[in-house]
Amino acid sequence: MKPAALSITDLTVDYPLADGSVVTAVRDVNLTVAPGEIHALVGESGAGKTTIGNALMGLLQAPGRVAKGRIEIGGKPVDIRTGRTEGIVQGKDVGAIFQDPMTSLNPLFTVESQLGETMRHHLGLSRAEARQRSLELLRAVGIPEPERRLKSYPHQLSGGQRQRVVIAAALCCDPKLIIADEPTTALDVSVQAQILKLIRGLADERGVGILLVTHNMGVVAEVADRVTIMLKGQVVESGPVAQVLGAPQHPYAKALIGAVPRVDVKLPRLPVPAQESPGTAAAREQVRARMGGGDEAKAGELSVDNLVVEYGARGGFLGGSRVFRAVKGVSFTVEPGEIFGLVGESGCGKTTVANTIAGLAKPTSGSVTLGGLPIGAKRGGVARKALQMVFQDPYSALNPRLRVATAIAEPIAFYHLAANKADAAEDAALLLESVGLDRQAGARFPHAFSGGQRQRIAIARALAPRPRFLVCDEPTSSLDVSVQAQILNLLKDLRDLAGLSILFISHDLAVVRQMCDRIAVMKSGEIVEQAPTEELFAAPSHPYTRELLSLVPSLDKIAREPVAV
Amino acid sequence: MSLAAPPRPAARRRRLPMPVSVLIGLAIVVLMLAVALLAPWIAPTDPTNVASFDLMNAELPPAFMPEGDPAHWLGTDNQGRDLFSAILYGMRVSIAIGGGAVIVAASIGVVLGLLAGYFGGWVDIVIMRVGDVILSLPTILLALLVSGIARAVFPEAGTAQWAPVILIGAIAIHEWVQYARTVRAATMVEASKDYVRAARVIGLPPLHIMVRHILPNVMSPVMVIATINLAAAVLTEATLSFLGVGMPPTYPSLGTLIRIGNEFVFSGIWWIAVFPAVTLVILVLAVNVVGDWLRDRFNPKLKGR
Repeated sequence: MKPAALSITDLTVDYPLADGSVVTAVRDVNLTVAPGEIHALVGESGAGKTTIGNALMGLLQAPGRVAKGRIEIGGKPVDIRTGRTEGIVQGKDVGAIFQDPMTSLNPLFTVESQLGETMRHHLGLSRAEARQRSLELLRAVGIPEPERRLKSYPHQLSGGQRQRVVIAAALCCDPKLIIADEPTTALDVSVQAQILKLIRGLADERGVGILLVTHNMGVVAEVADRVTIMLKGQVVESGPVAQVLGAPQHPYAKALIGAVPRVDVKLPRLPVPAQESPGTAAAREQVRARMGGGDEAKAGELSVDNLVVEYGARGGFLGGSRVFRAVKGVSFTVEPGEIFGLVGESGCGKTTVANTIAGLAKPTSGSVTLGGLPIGAKRGGVARKALQMVFQDPYSALNPRLRVATAIAEPIAFYHLAANKADAAEDAALLLESVGLDRQAGARFPHAFSGGQRQRIAIARALAPRPRFLVCDEPTSSLDVSVQAQILNLLKDLRDLAGLSILFISHDLAVVRQMCDRIAVMKSGEIVEQAPTEELFAAPSHPYTRELLSLVPSLDKIAREPVAV
Repeated sequence: MSLAAPPRPAARRRRLPMPVSVLIGLAIVVLMLAVALLAPWIAPTDPTNVASFDLMNAELPPAFMPEGDPAHWLGTDNQGRDLFSAILYGMRVSIAIGGGAVIVAASIGVVLGLLAGYFGGWVDIVIMRVGDVILSLPTILLALLVSGIARAVFPEAGTAQWAPVILIGAIAIHEWVQYARTVRAATMVEASKDYVRAARVIGLPPLHIMVRHILPNVMSPVMVIATINLAAAVLTEATLSFLGVGMPPTYPSLGTLIRIGNEFVFSGIWWIAVFPAVTLVILVLAVNVVGDWLRDRFNPKLKGR
């Protein structure tokens, strides 16, 4: 019998801190990857899954060290006496695929030199042999016209092609083990599906063991054989995918799997552990009452009419005019109290639409009106106040130098929504409570909060000017799945209670299905299909919509019944 | 630590907050600032008061030399002025002008940099091109030009009262560009972040966004540049005074003292030039050491080294 591609026994990784204490990032982890097996390692941020990957590749960051345990790769023990996994040769015994194909290739080298260099170094091949083998590898990973692509630089390749080159580089020394750290997170669904198929094929045909680090349950269900769920550095559940995802035993595993938005069933609420304090409901009620106060743009629909947005210098310095049409005549309306979804792959123009509606980009032609009033016409105007935005990245969405309460009170003071400073502070505290945070949280700076908490703060700030309409641009795509579920529930509750209308922009069809009443699908700056959610998912009429739907990782293996939490 | 405490693996040695050289540099800077500030109380005589001079004591060597007078332990200059007192007062003048130039240059540079970075377009083009033109002229040449013109149109410009103002202006007119460039780049980065975009969506006016949201987030590089530029400004002032367009001999800065001493160096009376020069070198060196350390400290690219 062939030795396991990877066997980890009682692995513990410590991070000694400057004050002498020790943070244990990974504790007593046991894990085996058989040849030809894809073993998924899932968990939320901070669970230690990436630390394990780094320990295997000898990439632990400076103070981090392997405190105890045994690692064997392809039957060869790895020397951990030094506290580092220096016994293995990176690139030869272990191949690595990283998250972002943009940064894992050197922009100054051609594909040939990126691939060839490793092989000439580790295998002692000649230039011609390396070239021959590079060609084979590019064919193996399915890159069209491999001869031509050898001479290409990374920027001449698309995101999917780049990730294929990264995979080819990981394969070039025939490693026993490949560590794939979120290999498809930065890619669109259509590319993701191709890359996953490729990775599955490599495991089956070449017998490579693959450790797939991911947070995406859909990806796990699609390609993995076994799955290990981690929580705070420890394994909570491990086993074959069908068993773990279909009938999770551990309460955390149940909660995690229950929080995955499903593309096939619409649930009224995503099941998450109840976290709301009784104060939250009361605060929300008060916020709702206040929002009802400003009637100016109430009961107004958002209407986007034949919107065209072009980028580029028209008649620039040298008279050249290279104009890029990001949005080509988009029209839709969002009724009061409706959640309207806008989906599409990256580069389709959905974020440009959001920016234009929010007044951050100027439309070339067409109009955006809210309750009949033009948006962005006048700063500080009624329509401007009535429309607020929630951004994708909660880490950059809050000013690091402003206390949370100050940031939320700022629009309140600016629009004179409170009689005095004390009232504004009270409003801010109420808003914090209504998004499920502590009243006292406002005294702290943003860095004291986690990503999910920051997104709650960002939502509270967006609610501060008492808007009627929220534009949410991928509000959960950088959050963990259980946090995502909480934020999605929060947005739904706000809609239900405060009668907000929401434009919800996402690339994740499962999330959109859970959230939206109606959906528009965008492709290359145009809306190709627009329909009520259930209709769209039941009977997509446009071929592009059908294609998108078919590419969503199947969740058949995941427990069909909502898991009770 | 008690014996019962758990063993702490890899508990690293306590590290100094900064290298020893920086610590020494910082100590010197603090000491010199204190001495400059307290000069009127420390100095044995008032070198700006002509009544305290005694021509009979002119060109006395330092106290440690055979003909030295213990009352003037660094000797006296050609007017019979106590050199130690003159250096203390000179340091005060040099630091005040250098510091003033840094504050004026930083204020102008930060404001223009914020405007250029936030608004872009023609505002950016005008401000930055003016800056490019200014940077294409050497600091000293520009400063000479400014103080020369000032003296031509404004006869009072050479007096002890007005010379510092002219000097500060002449130095700041060149230095602000560096601040503007740095702040502009940082502003462009911050302005594209979501918290600034959020402030725009809320509808806050640009001035409010610039002052309250962007400014606090672009200030740390400004502080670093200011420290490094302090040394440069002190040197520029010394150069101008040495060339005779700076502080008048009646109210000397370090540069003026070096100029006075320069006339006597070859007649064996070396101390009038050497002691102020050594003081200037120590001051500039110490400020530079601290400034370089600050720069590395706040450079994210050098973090973790």
